[in-house]
Order: sequence, then structure tokens, then C-alpha cells
Amino acid sequence: MIPLRAKRRAINAFNLGMAVLTTAFGVFWLGWILWTTLSHGIGAIHPALFTQDTPPPGSEGGGLRNAFVGSLILLGLALAIGVPVGVLAGTWLAEFAARRKLGGVVRFLNDILLSAPSIVIGLFTYAIVVDPSGHFSAFSGGVALALILIPVVVRTTDEMLRLIPVALREAAIALGTPYWKMVLRITWKAAASGILTGVLLGIARISGETAPLLFTALNNQFWSTDLSHPIANLPVVIFQFAMSPYENWQKMAWAGAFVAMAFILLLSVFSRLILKRGAPK
Amino acid sequence: MIMMQENFRNSPRDAALHVPAGAGGAVAGDNVAAMPPVKISVRGLDFHYGKFHALKDISIDIPEKRVTAFIGPSGCGKSTLLRTFNRMFEIYPEQRAQGQIVVDGENILDSKEDIARVRAKIGMVFQKPTPFPMSIYENIAFGIRLYERLPKAEMDARVEQCLRQAALWDEVKDKLHQSGTSLSGGQQQRLCIARGVAIKPEILLLDEPCSALDPISTARVEELLKELVRDYTVVIVTHNMQQAARSSDYTAFMYLGELVEFGDTATIFTRPAKQQTEDYITGRFG
Repeated sequence: MIPLRAKRRAINAFNLGMAVLTTAFGVFWLGWILWTTLSHGIGAIHPALFTQDTPPPGSEGGGLRNAFVGSLILLGLALAIGVPVGVLAGTWLAEFAARRKLGGVVRFLNDILLSAPSIVIGLFTYAIVVDPSGHFSAFSGGVALALILIPVVVRTTDEMLRLIPVALREAAIALGTPYWKMVLRITWKAAASGILTGVLLGIARISGETAPLLFTALNNQFWSTDLSHPIANLPVVIFQFAMSPYENWQKMAWAGAFVAMAFILLLSVFSRLILKRGAPK
Repeated sequence: MIMMQENFRNSPRDAALHVPAGAGGAVAGDNVAAMPPVKISVRGLDFHYGKFHALKDISIDIPEKRVTAFIGPSGCGKSTLLRTFNRMFEIYPEQRAQGQIVVDGENILDSKEDIARVRAKIGMVFQKPTPFPMSIYENIAFGIRLYERLPKAEMDARVEQCLRQAALWDEVKDKLHQSGTSLSGGQQQRLCIARGVAIKPEILLLDEPCSALDPISTARVEELLKELVRDYTVVIVTHNMQQAARSSDYTAFMYLGELVEFGDTATIFTRPAKQQTEDYITGRFG
């Protein structure tokens, strides 16, 4: 009996050791990325960043106001298009198509869309929006981001709704509640915090997307809020500035990266709080 | 608690004490007693889950304003039978029922029958408590609002009345606007009973309502049944034979999708006609 026990302990120690090592490996790189962004970015943060627009090449000063606002506009567009479509499609999957073949097919296609490379989404949007309209535009950027957001929201909405116990639905039905009212008043409410978390995670996903914006919103050196024209946005500005030979631009790219990182961090913390508060007791 | 220790032989007489005079005659341990009026009349009912034949040619008359218990081993079809009474199976496309279930002269399986009207007449309580994700008050008001538009004062009175009927009022009267999910399991189940009676049904279906509850909560729910049966026809599915013996007036024993025996509880538990019933209640199988 004793040798067996020693062997078990050795295996346990080995497995535990490997688990700790691999975790440490992952956390190390993550920490390095965070540290680099923080150390390079924090020095470049100053009030003008939020009050002035992107400077011309080679000049001093300037800020990222147009890129921040542009990114928020793109985000707003993506949410306005993506959230209703995503939540309703997810609801259809979970509530109305749960036991039908078509539901399974749509769910499978959505999962493919979920992992589609974002550059493909950009190319697609270029073909269906930018090309017919003849020029790059903020609107097409919003469409591209919405197309990335939708499968995320569909998936989380579907999953959160399917977590709701069947008995809760039956209890509402047993009272004579019409099916649509049961969905609206009971299951949506029960899954609300989960659905909201899905939307927040979706925002985190799209707020760093660069590839699809290269084909659609492009970029804009100047202040613009016109949806039919190219618009400045943070990811593309970071890309352009970081690759440039100008020191001022490079510093600004780090500052932008830092702000983007902080935004996503806050969003993630916020969504965790919501999920925790809405969790069933 | 008293209910818990009671010998089952006392139970039918005890239940009969709650029957209004002249409403149905003696029930207690008397197998020649006249049946009270029939509330639900099932004829030739067959039920399928896809290809599985779950109920086979069931015919049974559920008496009005009595507690009828369905007992039998797991998978015998007792919950399935209960769930046909409000056409709950309908939300699942692969489930279907054929035959007749007549409630107050109308066959509720007839698709022409308005399902919301059928369900308004029938309340249902499930195995696990299912409070809606809203306040205690709203849990009750939700069902009422489906059928009636009441001014606030009247709604308040109705909510109080329902909570009193479910013996929950004293425990929740100071926290009506807290979430229904914050209550204990037993309280949640009584909240669900209150919600069920709030729509003024005539029939109350309970699908193993105590299986997730502790003995004290179970005793409270059983006491409650004896109160409720004055106003409602109660049908209860239970795994617990003592519970059936304690709290029902009539008992149906089911096995493998068939109704083996149905009669007044005292007879079923003391002098069953079928060998199968005797084997089951004496614990030889199941």
C-alpha cells in the first residue's frame, strides 16, 4: 500500500507543478504586455490628449480627441445595429427554435461567424457597403464592427436564456401567460445580467478591432462626426502612429494603447460586477 | 408537525372534516361511499414522447374538491398524466396526447378550446420552487394582471388574501417588495402555491411539490393542502407513499404507463384489489 501512495503523491506533485508553471507562463506574458503599455503610456498621458486632434506628421503637441470620439461613434453605431439583432436572434434560438433542426443549423453558423477572422468581415463590408457607395465612411465601419459584435451577443443571449430552468418557463405558461409575454417578462428578466455581460464583452472585443476598420472607416486626420465620411478611430491611429518615424506620434500611440487597455479593463470589471450582482442566490 | 406523525389510517377521516356538510358524503375508510361529483374526467388517454408510449389508454375520474394522489415508481407516467390536464406538453413539439380530458363538460384536448382559458382554470405547482425574478408582491400580481385590471387597493387586498391562503402572509408581510428568490425553499414553494391560487383556478395540480423541501416545510405544505381542498380540486403527484396516505382522499396507482388501481386512499392502502398495488405500497418493488 505504501509504495502506491508515494507514487500517487509524486504524480500529484508533478501535475500540480505543471499546472502552476503553465499558469505562470501565461500570466508572465500578460503582465509584461500590461506593464509595457502602462510604462510607455502613462508618461504620455496629458490633458491635451483629450482636447486636441491628431497632429500633422513631424509636428509637436496635438492629441487624440478625434480618434477617441470617432471610436465612440463607431462603437455606438455597432451597438445600435448589433445589440437588437444579436439579442433578438439569440432569443429566437433559445426560446423558439430550441428543439428545431433550423435552430441547430443557425447556432452552428453563428459559431463559425464568431471565429471568422475580422479581416474577412472587413473585406465583406467593403464589398457590400464601401464599394457600392463609392467611398470609405464611418457608417461602413459601424457595420463591420456590428457584424463582429452580433455573433458574440447571439451566443451569450442564447446561452444565458438556456440556463433558465425549464420549470420557470412552465410555471409562467401554467398561469396562462402567452409565450411572448413569458419571454419578455420572465426569461429576459431572469437572464438580463447575463445578456448585459455578453454585450459588454462584445464591446471589449470590438473596441480593439483594427483590420475591419482599414477597409471601411479608414481614418481621418481631422475632426469629423459625419457618418458618410471617413472617421478617425483609435485602433487605426495607434497602428499608423506606432509605425511612423516621428517620436511624438509614437508616444501618442502608446498613450492611445494605454487608454484603450484601461477602457477594456474597466469594462471587464464592470461586467463581472453586474454578473455577480445578478447571479441567482 | 402533527401531520408528520399521524398514522395514515386517520388521514381520510381528517380530510373529511374539512368537507362542507352534504357536499359529497362520507369518505372516511368507507369503500362503499358515494363518489363526490367528478371534476376531471379522462377517457382513453394515450400519450407519446416522440415514439415512446408513456400513457396507455388511461381513464380516470378525478373527484371535485378532494385531494387525489398519483403514486407509482419513477417513469410510470404520473407526472405526464398531470401535465396533460393543462396541456403543458404542448410547448414541446415532439409530445402529443390523444383521447379525452373533460373538465366541466368540455374536452380540453380539443384544439378549438382556448388554451389560456383552460390554464386560467388550473393552477400548477412544480417539484422545485419556481419564483419569478421579481418581488414577492409582483410574483402574485403577475398572474392576476393577465386576467384582471385592478386598482391598487384591490390588488393589494388580493395579494394579501392569496398569501394568507398559502399560509405565508405573516412571514412576508414586511418584505413584500423584496425579491421572491430571497425566500427559503419552503417559503418559495408556498409563494408558488399563492401564485397558483391568485388566478382563482378551480383545480390545483401539484407535481411532487415537497420533494425539494425539508420535513417541516413539507408538513406545512401538507397542512395547506387540507385547507385548499375546501375550495379547489387538488391533484398531487408524489413519490412519497406516506404523503399520499396522509394527505389524499383518493389515490391512483400507476405502473408502466397504465392506471393499475384507483380508489379511496384508505382502501388502496389497506385493502388494495390488485397484487401489484399491494407489492408497491408494501415496498416490494419500486
